[in-house]
Amino acid sequence: MSNEKKLILIVDDDADYLFQMEAMVKNLGFRVKTAESQAEAEKVLETTRPDLAIFDLMMENEDSGFILSYKAKRKYPEMPIIMASAATAETGYSFDLYNDNNKGWIKADLYLEKGIRSDQLHREINKLLKL
Amino acid sequence: MATLHVLIVDDEPGIRSGIRRILGNYSVGYAFMDEDFDFNLIDAGTGEEAIDILNQQKVDVVLLDNKLPGMDGIEVLEYINKQSYDLAVMMITSYASLDLAIKATRNGAFNFMPKPFTPQELRASIENVAKHLYLKRMTRKMQAEGKQIRFQFLSVLSHELKSPINAVEGYLKMMQEKQLGEKIEDYDKMIDRSLARLKGMRNLIMDLLDLTKIESGKKERKLREIELGAIARTAMDTMEPYSIQKNVKISLKTNGNTYLLADADEMEIVFNNLISNAVKYNRDNGKVDVSIDDQQQQIVVSVADTGIGMSEEDLEKIFQDFVRIKNSKTKEITGSGLGLSITKKMVEQYNGSIQVNSTPDVGTTFIVSLPRN
Repeated sequence: MSNEKKLILIVDDDADYLFQMEAMVKNLGFRVKTAESQAEAEKVLETTRPDLAIFDLMMENEDSGFILSYKAKRKYPEMPIIMASAATAETGYSFDLYNDNNKGWIKADLYLEKGIRSDQLHREINKLLKL
Repeated sequence: MATLHVLIVDDEPGIRSGIRRILGNYSVGYAFMDEDFDFNLIDAGTGEEAIDILNQQKVDVVLLDNKLPGMDGIEVLEYINKQSYDLAVMMITSYASLDLAIKATRNGAFNFMPKPFTPQELRASIENVAKHLYLKRMTRKMQAEGKQIRFQFLSVLSHELKSPINAVEGYLKMMQEKQLGEKIEDYDKMIDRSLARLKGMRNLIMDLLDLTKIESGKKERKLREIELGAIARTAMDTMEPYSIQKNVKISLKTNGNTYLLADADEMEIVFNNLISNAVKYNRDNGKVDVSIDDQQQQIVVSVADTGIGMSEEDLEKIFQDFVRIKNSKTKEITGSGLGLSITKKMVEQYNGSIQVNSTPDVGTTFIVSLPRN
């Protein structure tokens, strides 16, 4: 297992961002699978168990990432999930929308602002994968 | 039933118990209020005592006598103003001291009531105070909600502006690290995509300026008789480079010249948005039919395309700010998500309306009705 490259699923509806993330994560030595929407990601998850997933928050809907995260955790409770968003974390917008009742079922392990540096991302992934 | 807390400040116990009797089981209701108000009465015999109470509990209305043993009513009023409590003060004064009453209202008392007063006079006064408080609080609440909407708009906007910056920045970093090697040609796709994202950002900013003009209402409108056919043709010409690329044929049908008293720039925004959408969301080799139908009372403009169409669910959202229909068919199409929101606001400024009919994979028709005068 440890010899095999870990598989990371990256989901983002911004094709450019997805392309860049794919290149970055591959560069870090992981295998990558991509999906461009919540719906497409759900299909991938039916047949694939990634070692870790990185979801965009706003896709088809402004909370697509949360819903995807919920569904993914229901299927694979042990799979770490990183929520990446360009939503302004500093204004608290993404959390404003979802009250405490909802926060309970948001299952992401980590929130990241988009535009993260490669070495930071590597560190976070390794932490979550316990590498 | 909501309760207003009324603080009675008077050194005469008789007046205090009189007011208690009059307001104790009294309630006021208005058609525009959600609920009736009743009154919880609190007594204070001196100004000092009144201030203690104000510091300890919520008070909505103060019935304030001026002649008090220690500090007088005007001083209590000054204290209340300094603390900027959310309450209304009604001064109780004797007929003889009208000057004082005027001074009190100038100092922020809501109104004054001459003493002695009848139960009817007191009830009428308290009714006015209740109405005033209700409206004041409601206005403040609505203003706060308005700010909330503004805040959400700005948050989404910052998301829309950050996405292209992230994309371009990401590509530049990849080039800086020479991830694809030394040859510049290998980065062609990244360069093209960066330029496309910057163009999208520019369009967003242009749309934003249109939107700001509508919302601030500051832009001076130049109303004159304009010919809508000419405006439509300008918009069609603007889209030509793109329609040629997709081989989409745009045609215009009118019954003669159609004049409308309107601002040419604003009408151009309406036509530009509708026609550019009809081309953008069309299939290759499709067509766009623009028609201007002068029905005297109103002018009906329709823009029909043979494009990808929309689902019922999509149709409900498309006039909202920043809404873009995201699916595999729209993936390659860029847009700010503001065009239709702007168009609708623009049309509504002319007391017009906009409707849309759409069938997935068949096409979409937007119909704008503009009433004359």
